[in-house]
Amino acid sequence: MPKLTLDDLKKIKEEVRTSTALREGGYQAKITVHMGTCGIASGARKVMSALMDEITATGTKDIIVTTSGCAGLCSREPMATVEILGEAPVKYCDLNEEKIKEIFKEHVVGGKIVQQYALAIGSETTF
Amino acid sequence: MKMFRSHMLICAGTGCVSSNSLKVREAIQQELIRRGLQDEVQVVTTGCNGFCAVGPVMVIYPEGIFYQKLTPEDVPFLIEEHILKGRPVQKLMYTEPVKKELVPRMQDINFFGLQVLRALRNRGIIDAEKIDEYVARDGYAAMGKALLSMTSDEIINEMKESGLRGRGGAGFPTGMKWEFCARAKGDIKYVLCNGDEGDPGAFMDRSILEADPHAVLEGMVIAAKAIGSHQGYIYVRAEYPLAVQRLNIAIEQARDYGLLGKNILDSSFDFDVEIYQGAGAFVCGEETALMISIEGRRGMPRPRPPFPAYQGLWRKPTILNNVETYANVPQIILNGAKWYNTLGTERSKGTKVFAVTGAINNIGLVEVPMGTSLRTIIYDIGGGIPNKRKFKAVQLGGPSGGCIPDSLIDTPVDYESITKTGAIMGSGGMVVMDETTCMVGIARFFLDFTQDESCGKCTPCRVGTKIMLDILTDITAGKGKEGDIETLEDLAYAIKNSALCGLGNTAPNPVLTTIRYFREEYEAHIKEKRCPAHSCLALLRFEVNAELCKMCGRCAKACPVEAIAWEKKQVAVIDKAKCIKCKSCITSCPFLAIE
Repeated sequence: MPKLTLDDLKKIKEEVRTSTALREGGYQAKITVHMGTCGIASGARKVMSALMDEITATGTKDIIVTTSGCAGLCSREPMATVEILGEAPVKYCDLNEEKIKEIFKEHVVGGKIVQQYALAIGSETTF
Repeated sequence: MKMFRSHMLICAGTGCVSSNSLKVREAIQQELIRRGLQDEVQVVTTGCNGFCAVGPVMVIYPEGIFYQKLTPEDVPFLIEEHILKGRPVQKLMYTEPVKKELVPRMQDINFFGLQVLRALRNRGIIDAEKIDEYVARDGYAAMGKALLSMTSDEIINEMKESGLRGRGGAGFPTGMKWEFCARAKGDIKYVLCNGDEGDPGAFMDRSILEADPHAVLEGMVIAAKAIGSHQGYIYVRAEYPLAVQRLNIAIEQARDYGLLGKNILDSSFDFDVEIYQGAGAFVCGEETALMISIEGRRGMPRPRPPFPAYQGLWRKPTILNNVETYANVPQIILNGAKWYNTLGTERSKGTKVFAVTGAINNIGLVEVPMGTSLRTIIYDIGGGIPNKRKFKAVQLGGPSGGCIPDSLIDTPVDYESITKTGAIMGSGGMVVMDETTCMVGIARFFLDFTQDESCGKCTPCRVGTKIMLDILTDITAGKGKEGDIETLEDLAYAIKNSALCGLGNTAPNPVLTTIRYFREEYEAHIKEKRCPAHSCLALLRFEVNAELCKMCGRCAKACPVEAIAWEKKQVAVIDKAKCIKCKSCITSCPFLAIE
């Protein structure tokens, strides 16, 4: 009996590819969690963990999650920027674990900006 | 499948390991745990990334930032800044040597950006020790296609149409080789892989085996199906312990998945592979010697015919292809011959991997389309010559190849154009030389190598190369005579035409090309007893040429025995009584003023 068939190979490929696609640069959405000292102090690490859990749980592909420094508006941290490919980046503020999950479902997956948490359109580049 | 937001790909090729990349990896893993980031960030150990000159190197995704020359001490800051706070660390990035500009992203660095990766497509992207990562990059899909939906003839036709030629050096069309063997009569046939990489300065095969061993295995299975073989051997030298280790891991994993062994992918095709470790004799890279070595006898070539396609290992029909050749095969089967042969020149298709080393800024492993000019490889990808020295020649093809001078630097790299210069494509060793390299010396170096490695079976190689070496040694020692150049040429052609195997046939090439392009250097040695590159010790007087001296004092600082007297705005003076002829002053002088 063979141990693997061509279909098994394809399954392995699909499964691992969700993880390694990150190295090939193609993505549909990029979420930047701001991790300045101010962000971390007001809970950005928890926001990040919640976001990662949500992505893993839903099995969503082609998403990049990254961090950046202080966005300059320390009083409204934790903040995150959502960029859907081909659309203008949207900055969200005063986040917590529930809000980032909602943003992920509505905006990243659903394509609708979550107006009540949004701060502005735009983003800064860090390098 | 667990998702990580960032991947840190640290190079663990032999180059980076020797500059401590494993210690850096350990520091990264500890720091990630200390900061509670181990569930967000994945650390991946890859094979050779290619940019060995600046190792240890690491690429962090998704940003694709390239970090170089890392030390364990850099790690805490790097993790805090880049991973935690998302601020890439400039001081650890690559700086372009000519314009002194910072280039953060790997794809923007010319060294990477100008390359086209086919044989090396997975290098630095996957963990070579994880078969799943290879599978994720279409690994074993070509094998599936070949075993389940292609006939032997279809595979051979695809290979012939692709135009792939042997990457070991001779450039024989791979599809034709397979066809001969497929047509040969016999129930038992063998598929061999030549990983006996022996040219000084060459490390293409090693890097492929370290970075992407499964690609080679997959190529071998496809070849096996094409010729009807059920047993393969990989001949790899024992001096490549990391390559052997990764190959062993790859073979074990492939067997576990049933991708090697009986009834592969339920196709009822059987094939398995064994590693045979060579002891490092250069001649065992020659096909017949390699096979005799696997049989357990002393590795010595035998006359052909019969060719191995009809009588090879254990006198059975056998194909032998180079590591890089096999690494190209899965891509050809998966994407088709047309995809493959659109790249390259009329008679040389696809890409070629070169190990670029010597007097060049970006030492490393590069893969370029056939037809790329030497200039592009040396200046654009290689970053030019360091220390403001002038480019003099590039040596291609190792001891079987030749030196191509500055005047031919626009030569495209393809089999025919390179052969026209008198050099050969070879397996891909490319040694760049600046004005301080003596061409007689380099010819002597390579001949010393082949003379040492000659197996001694045939007279032209055993005796002929020895006489040539003695003449070259005399010339570099200032004992050259009128007529030496002509004797060298006569001997060279005689050996080329009469030696038994490729080693002897090509051994005179370094001498012939250096005479062809640098005859005046030979004449200077013989008639004027002078070495224009200031390299041959016996011909150096250790005197400062006042006309060339810029009075900079570098020689005086470099001298370990304080034999050089120098003051500002004064020409340096060497005290010959104190001088120990170590050449430190010559190496340090940017103006070639010490003769």
